[in-house]
Amino acid sequence: MSKVLMKGNEALGEAAIRAGCVHFFGYPITPQTEVPEYLVKRLPEEGGAFVQAESEVAAIHMVYGAAGVGIKCMTSSSSPGISLMAEGMSYLAACELPCVVINIMRAGPGLGGILPAQSDYFQATRGHGHGDYQLIVLAPSSVQEAVDLMVLAFELAEKYRNPVMVCADGMIGQMMEPVEFPGVGRGEPFKANTWELTGAKGRARRIVNSLYLAPEELQQHNVHLKAKYDRIHRDEMRSELYRAEEPYDLLLVAFGTMARICKTAIDEVRKEGLRVALFRPITLNPFPTPACRAAMDAMGADGRVLTVEMNMGQMVHDVRYAAEGSRLVEFFGTAGGIVPSPDQVASEIRKRLTVAKGWGTGRCHDAQPDGVPCPFPDGVCETCGRS
Amino acid sequence: MQTETSVMTDTEVLMAGFGGQGTLLAGKVLAQASMEFGREVSWLPSYGPEMRGGTANVIVCIASTPIGSPLIESPRGLIVMNLPSMEKFAPKVRPGGVIVVNQSLIDRDPHRDDCTVVKVPSRELAQQAGSVRAANFVMLGAYVGATDVVPAEAVEQAIAEEFAGDKARFIASSVAAFRAGMEVGRRALR
Repeated sequence: MSKVLMKGNEALGEAAIRAGCVHFFGYPITPQTEVPEYLVKRLPEEGGAFVQAESEVAAIHMVYGAAGVGIKCMTSSSSPGISLMAEGMSYLAACELPCVVINIMRAGPGLGGILPAQSDYFQATRGHGHGDYQLIVLAPSSVQEAVDLMVLAFELAEKYRNPVMVCADGMIGQMMEPVEFPGVGRGEPFKANTWELTGAKGRARRIVNSLYLAPEELQQHNVHLKAKYDRIHRDEMRSELYRAEEPYDLLLVAFGTMARICKTAIDEVRKEGLRVALFRPITLNPFPTPACRAAMDAMGADGRVLTVEMNMGQMVHDVRYAAEGSRLVEFFGTAGGIVPSPDQVASEIRKRLTVAKGWGTGRCHDAQPDGVPCPFPDGVCETCGRS
Repeated sequence: MQTETSVMTDTEVLMAGFGGQGTLLAGKVLAQASMEFGREVSWLPSYGPEMRGGTANVIVCIASTPIGSPLIESPRGLIVMNLPSMEKFAPKVRPGGVIVVNQSLIDRDPHRDDCTVVKVPSRELAQQAGSVRAANFVMLGAYVGATDVVPAEAVEQAIAEEFAGDKARFIASSVAAFRAGMEVGRRALR
């Protein structure tokens, strides 16, 4: 199929249909409203149904009901709406019901603003509702990847009988890029027939329930869930490295929108001779800890790590956990819906490498090619002599 | 002045104006045309708590390799439909870039001697082309004429696709408006 130019939100809607989504339940909120807007038109064409719920709380519990009878279904919202869905997500995870939840993040806390942010990282990866449960969280960095991860989200939801979150931000939701979709028309329904409440005639009764009043039984349920989360952490970590085939002295770690801005910044400073690479987690949960650590270990002992996020420092905790104190992990972030420009990131990189190279006693760079101006014109450089 | 953009190089253009002037649509047509021509593209609109008559702008990136940041601080191209947009964005254009100014609404100069400035009487040309609402395509034409960023035929094809179906009556005037703008853009290069 040829490429079409589409908004991220609309592409997510179409991808859900290609993945076999039959029902959508949701409530409008900027900047994700084009997801329901697209599906209200498209789902009935494919024999599905769209319901605008009276609130996000209702929407997620409609998902709970539909998933309970084996329907491939989803909801979508933006940050404050996801908070309202927290209770339902806990119930869905407790009952091991497959579904997909999209979060097109906007700036918080509270009602916050409507511009892009990554400030729901903690919420997405550390839990939304109560209790000991996890979602699989996928973070696309382009419209095409949003499509690919939407399809993967339904596959993983079915494979693990667990809710999966696709976590993007307002920029990916609102921007248009060329995309290719897999398949034609609506994809396949769920294959499994193990939990769906379809009428117990001729088979043993099934119950969808999360109430276990006996502590031993509830502990056993938690142990069972833990074993599943362990399998997910073992088998489903995904990440990308950028310009790491060349040597580097600074490793950036960023996800989603922020990662592609870092890529442009890296291309820019690499021209100046600064050696920088990027590690991009694609699964925020499970966080790709071993791959992140390996990307750090590929640097020399004085190599540093800079985590760049559109929040005040959330994923950086997972990056520090991966580093286990082996090296300095610094943080740069913006908030409020402000997306850093590549120039801003580039200047943060220059600052860090200046310090890393012992600025004040150091030089602009070992590998500074002939004719390229010193990237540190504000300091004292042994190599180029500028002060 | 020699411009930086051509069919082969990577570039980006910021289009800005009042809501309703068609900047987002003109940007979409440019992105669509460039995509059909085999380039990588991104189309990033400003979105915010806007109201009718407020500002609307979009950044279109066109490249041969996958696009990193779709957000560009200093674009190589600028199309401004109104004065507030010119005052806000003209100082940010990269030296050597192209600035297309809507002369019908802007009676001032962007004061960028280091850029190619193309002044376009978009309203008059759009009226002559058959629809005053096609001023956005006059402006797009002037930009394409001054930069050769994508072949004219690709843009005309994208206009036809955009208005296919029950909006087909807009195709002829929009294409005519685009061609009139192309002429102005080409003349500015000479």
